[in-house]
Amino acid sequence: MWDSIMRIAALVWKELLGVFKDPRSRYGIIIPPILQCLIFGYAATYDLNDVPYAVFDESRSIESADLLARLDATHIFHRVANLDRAARIASVIDNKDAILVVHIGQDFSRNLLLGKAADVQIIADGRNSNTAGVALGYIGAIVDGFNADWRSNHNETGPPVQVTMRAWYNPMLETRWYMIPSLIGTITLMQTMMFAAMLIAKEREDGTFDQLLVTPLRPMEIMIGKALPAMMIGLIQATNILLIAQLWFRIPFEGSLLTLYAGLILFLLAAVGIGIFVSCFAGTMQQAMLYVFVLIMPFVLLSGLTTPISNMPDIVQTFTLINPLRYAILIAQRVYLEGVGIDRLLPYLWPMALIATVTLGSATWMFRHKVA
Amino acid sequence: MTRPDALRAKLRRILALMRKEVYQILRDPSSIAIGIVMPVMLILIYGYALSLDVSRVPVAIVLEDPSPQASELVAGFRLSHYFDAQVLASMADAQELMLERKVDGIVRIREDFTRQLALGDAQVQVLVYGADANKARIIEGYTQGAVGAWAARSAAGGRAVSGGPVNVDTRLWFNEANDSHYYLVPGLIVMIMTLIGAFLTAMVVAREWERGTFEALFVSPVRTDEIILGKTLPYFVMGLIGLTLCFLGAKFLFEVPFRGSVVVLAGASMLYLLVALLIGLSISSAVKSQLAASQLTMMVTYLPAMMLSGFIFDLRSMPAVIRGIAYIFPARYFVSLLQTVFLAGNIWSIILPNAAVLLLMIAVLLYLSLAASRKKLG
Repeated sequence: MWDSIMRIAALVWKELLGVFKDPRSRYGIIIPPILQCLIFGYAATYDLNDVPYAVFDESRSIESADLLARLDATHIFHRVANLDRAARIASVIDNKDAILVVHIGQDFSRNLLLGKAADVQIIADGRNSNTAGVALGYIGAIVDGFNADWRSNHNETGPPVQVTMRAWYNPMLETRWYMIPSLIGTITLMQTMMFAAMLIAKEREDGTFDQLLVTPLRPMEIMIGKALPAMMIGLIQATNILLIAQLWFRIPFEGSLLTLYAGLILFLLAAVGIGIFVSCFAGTMQQAMLYVFVLIMPFVLLSGLTTPISNMPDIVQTFTLINPLRYAILIAQRVYLEGVGIDRLLPYLWPMALIATVTLGSATWMFRHKVA
Repeated sequence: MTRPDALRAKLRRILALMRKEVYQILRDPSSIAIGIVMPVMLILIYGYALSLDVSRVPVAIVLEDPSPQASELVAGFRLSHYFDAQVLASMADAQELMLERKVDGIVRIREDFTRQLALGDAQVQVLVYGADANKARIIEGYTQGAVGAWAARSAAGGRAVSGGPVNVDTRLWFNEANDSHYYLVPGLIVMIMTLIGAFLTAMVVAREWERGTFEALFVSPVRTDEIILGKTLPYFVMGLIGLTLCFLGAKFLFEVPFRGSVVVLAGASMLYLLVALLIGLSISSAVKSQLAASQLTMMVTYLPAMMLSGFIFDLRSMPAVIRGIAYIFPARYFVSLLQTVFLAGNIWSIILPNAAVLLLMIAVLLYLSLAASRKKLG
């Protein structure tokens, strides 16, 4: 037993030396995740803070000016043009000068004063329908505010019900609070899977794998010796992202570090397992890397990071059950933002343990029988 | 040797290199995996699995007031296709469902709802799972809509009515049905071109450097420009195959409208593919190791194509520094070109400036990669 541990430790030490003595790979492990985290943190937001819009106001009334002033007062909408004829709407949208055009018809103020419904037409650039949708939502809220004030100024009774909303775990509803904890899993998945696969593939490509097999190291020990360094690197990266989330982006951490790291270690085990399993089918580093890459794409896309899993077709939802990233994102979010304990995480932990057992088990079997 | 002879010899050398590269691609299952399998897989995922259109949000409705008015409000939620509502009697049960992540929101109608309604001051309390901020906002909007529709209906004695004094009437140009495939699928072309163009080329060339086979090429009669052409042309063709697959998928599987001309699409894609190839080439010639080349390529091409291109996230809303950085990556110009050619048509005021920037990038990168892979020992 003791001998076995010493042999594994020697292999781990050798792999870590291999990584950290070369400055290029040393920086390659530390810098890219930090940069990715910062860029994602700033770039990945669905919230808009600059919406260029144009106005085609045929009403030219006090009422229409009031409505438009409310848009301008937000500091989110800024007016790039006042159009004088309908024909110019097309060119403003086509050239992407404005995301949307607010068209107020001639009879706007007359209808309003007569108590009839007054229409405001919004023409939005649907080339990115998501951005357009968010901007339209903002306008809807501004018009609601206008309506409420109009009603109370004209003694009309509006809807007697108010909706009060409270958001749990993210009171200001910031996309970043959701994104950065999710990145702990996403970024470490990419790097650890790749790294684990490359450790094996490099031995193969250099022809040193057969030499490893004739050393006293047993297949199981080779496996552990390769998996541990990859997991350590994953943990270093996860810690870096966690630090950025708290110290740079100042997102309050509600949970316990112990719970988070317990979940992360299982996740890394699953990720490394998949990486090593895949590398059993690769003869060269290039093949290993491309196979891992082909796997990472669906893992990331179908993890719930960018689009909700509940929107996906049933068969795809079933596939996401074997996606370790799905669980890692849930764990990171729930521990980080909600502060849940390990008892609530059990439904996410055992599938990852299963993935790790199956992949690492079959990889060891293939080592031993030299199938690969 | 006369000039035509020299030209013919040059052509023969390039063709020989290309033939070797094509054999290598066909022989190696991993390049087929990334060149053919991945585009097809991505088309299917983007087309069938990803959707930003939130519908049937699971919510729990806590109905503490058994009055007819309250039941009618609940009926509004149950009939709406935006919600998948289940009605509960106790708040504790609803909170438990939220903690198990079975529901994304709780709508609470308190026991004094009817009494407060008569006083003109009723409240509907909504609790959302806010961690996913985007989804939470959408739920908020849907809830406001459902309650507003109910309020208007009951104010009008059960008849459906139009909303407030001012109504917003929305037109989404180029995407009237508000279908998120319309912009996801053109964005997908950018990702695939980037992966094949930059990632694959970087790996292949870095491997030659790593194994020292590039130096062996130096002692052969082939010249630097011939090496570059011979190595990149096969991947250029592979990129075009990927483009064709995506285009056919977009048009026939997902029925994304194509309003521009195919010539413009092909031209723009070739420009971008060239930029991507040259970036891959420059990176691999600069770092000369597969691992480092793959990481750098990811950082310089793939991530910006996803994050800093305007494909998913709006560029204008990013901080000034990030916005500035986004200008130096080619992806944003290609995204702009694709979205316009697909959904809006041949709008030259968008097409020409973006194409010009891509051309300029090609010129700069061509110079850089020629300089980097000049015959010298590393």
